[in-house]
Amino acid sequence: MTLHPTAEKIQGKFPEAFVSSKEWRGDLAVTVKKAAIVPVCRYLHDDPEMDFDYIIHVSSVDYPEDEARFEVVYEFYSLRRRQRIRIKARVTEEDCAIDSVTGIWKGADFMEREVFDMMGVRFNHHPDLRRILMPDEYDEGYPLRKDFPLAGKGWRDTFEFITEGSRKKAT
Amino acid sequence: MTTDAKQKAGESAAEHSGAGVPVPNRTLPLLRTEKLMLNMGPQHPSTHGVLKIILDLEGERVIKATPVLGFLHRGVEKLAEDGTYHQFIPHTDRLDYVCAMYNNFAYVRAVEKLLDMKVPDRAEYLRTIVAEVQRIIGHLFWLGSQALDIGAMTVFFYTFREREVLLDFFDDLCGARLTTSWYRIGGVENDISPKLIGDLRKFLENFNEKLDEYNALLETNRIWLARTKNIAVISAEDAINFGLSGPTLRGSGVDYDLRKYEPYGAYDKVQWDVPVGKNGDTYDRYWIRILEMKESAKIVKQCLDQLPAGPYMVEDPRVTLPPKDKVFTNLEHMIRQFKLFTEGFRTPPGEIYCGTEAHKGELGFYIVSDGSGKPYRLKIRAPSFIHMGAFDYMARGYMIADIVTIFGTYDIVMGECDR
Repeated sequence: MTLHPTAEKIQGKFPEAFVSSKEWRGDLAVTVKKAAIVPVCRYLHDDPEMDFDYIIHVSSVDYPEDEARFEVVYEFYSLRRRQRIRIKARVTEEDCAIDSVTGIWKGADFMEREVFDMMGVRFNHHPDLRRILMPDEYDEGYPLRKDFPLAGKGWRDTFEFITEGSRKKAT
Repeated sequence: MTTDAKQKAGESAAEHSGAGVPVPNRTLPLLRTEKLMLNMGPQHPSTHGVLKIILDLEGERVIKATPVLGFLHRGVEKLAEDGTYHQFIPHTDRLDYVCAMYNNFAYVRAVEKLLDMKVPDRAEYLRTIVAEVQRIIGHLFWLGSQALDIGAMTVFFYTFREREVLLDFFDDLCGARLTTSWYRIGGVENDISPKLIGDLRKFLENFNEKLDEYNALLETNRIWLARTKNIAVISAEDAINFGLSGPTLRGSGVDYDLRKYEPYGAYDKVQWDVPVGKNGDTYDRYWIRILEMKESAKIVKQCLDQLPAGPYMVEDPRVTLPPKDKVFTNLEHMIRQFKLFTEGFRTPPGEIYCGTEAHKGELGFYIVSDGSGKPYRLKIRAPSFIHMGAFDYMARGYMIADIVTIFGTYDIVMGECDR
């Protein structure tokens, strides 16, 4: 299968970091190695041929069965060329960290904090890596991981304002 | 204070002096010089929900603003993983609860992209009409509350007068005013009646005059000008870098509107323009929203004229519910109905991102499917959340009172921000 021209350019520029590329439903997704995420993103942002100046979102997906469990997903847009691209990088559970792209897109600050809060992926060199949606003192783990139960782990039951009737039955 | 912030502060001060507000003389000896930390919210009426900001102040100037989010976090993304694709539609109503229709629209579009489904023409037109009516409602709500925050209370009553008419239109259309859940995967819930079309036409006839009424109250209002001109200025370059979207981005002069860039619905079949600002200040963003309401009215009018006949729901056994009378009389239809409600429909494995231009900005859904009847992962790209990321940058150097203006200029809704 032939590669998308943009994916081909990324592969040409970073032959070692390029893992795979897939085009589905008109979305182009390129997987790279996590060590190269900042150089790849810098290239996508700065190179006039690429010009992906707009950051759409940073997200993460949990695949508990896989060797590298977490997938960090970045989505960029080029306002001038009107093209979207999705960059993905796998992170293992043992070394659950990836370099931050806040130096390239300032908007990545809050997006990366959300990924850290929800999935527990750390971002190296992030200026202010704290929980953002969950409370600061929350220590039950990361809610969007697949092994986190939908009903929570019981912290909510310790709230005083919850009436006896709505409390979860003791297990 | 950075030089950048100083410059901003200087501009802002100059503007205030222009409006007749004296600028404090900095050469006078100050009695106390320590910095002050102020907690604003989460129970502040102008925070549009429950938003807390920790302000580091030097006198009345903001030197750092730290948003504290999450007071309305309900774990919608986690809930999505536990329900079928249909079951998530009512959850989207509660994201941006001011504009439920547009959230429905953005979500069903994303699922349709995942299924690679084409929607009938009439459904596309109906969707566009209702989405634009929702945009008008959203902007009217914004205008009223922004003016109220700044101190012009009258505008609120005027805009809510028109908003009420349109909410009644929604009420007649789907039985709900705010949490509508009217969009369906593959079409819409029900057809629009000729009476409703007549109502809508009647409303649009003199809508532009209504807009002139609001503008008469604001356009040359000295207080409004002083509180919005050169406040919360952001350059086009920075706005793009922060990922801002919608009127907040277009106010800085960036012509980015997904309705034009990646047309969906019936937007490419009607004539309309994208209003773009120049200065990137609160006033430009206000003016863009006013112009957008005019454009929306134009779009709705043209769509009503062109409205084609035909089905309003796709005929696809995967997603379409069987007709109710058949469910009671035909076994196959009853089984299909049962299976759709208990298991949902299966989607091909893969992942998509679909962005939609809601009235606040780009509302996107990133869906990962593993081939089952539930989303494996559903991520919501909420414009309000991403706009809050630029809050500190935009607030530095301005006065405490301007903070309220900046919440307003994003048109922030915490339900969407915290999800």
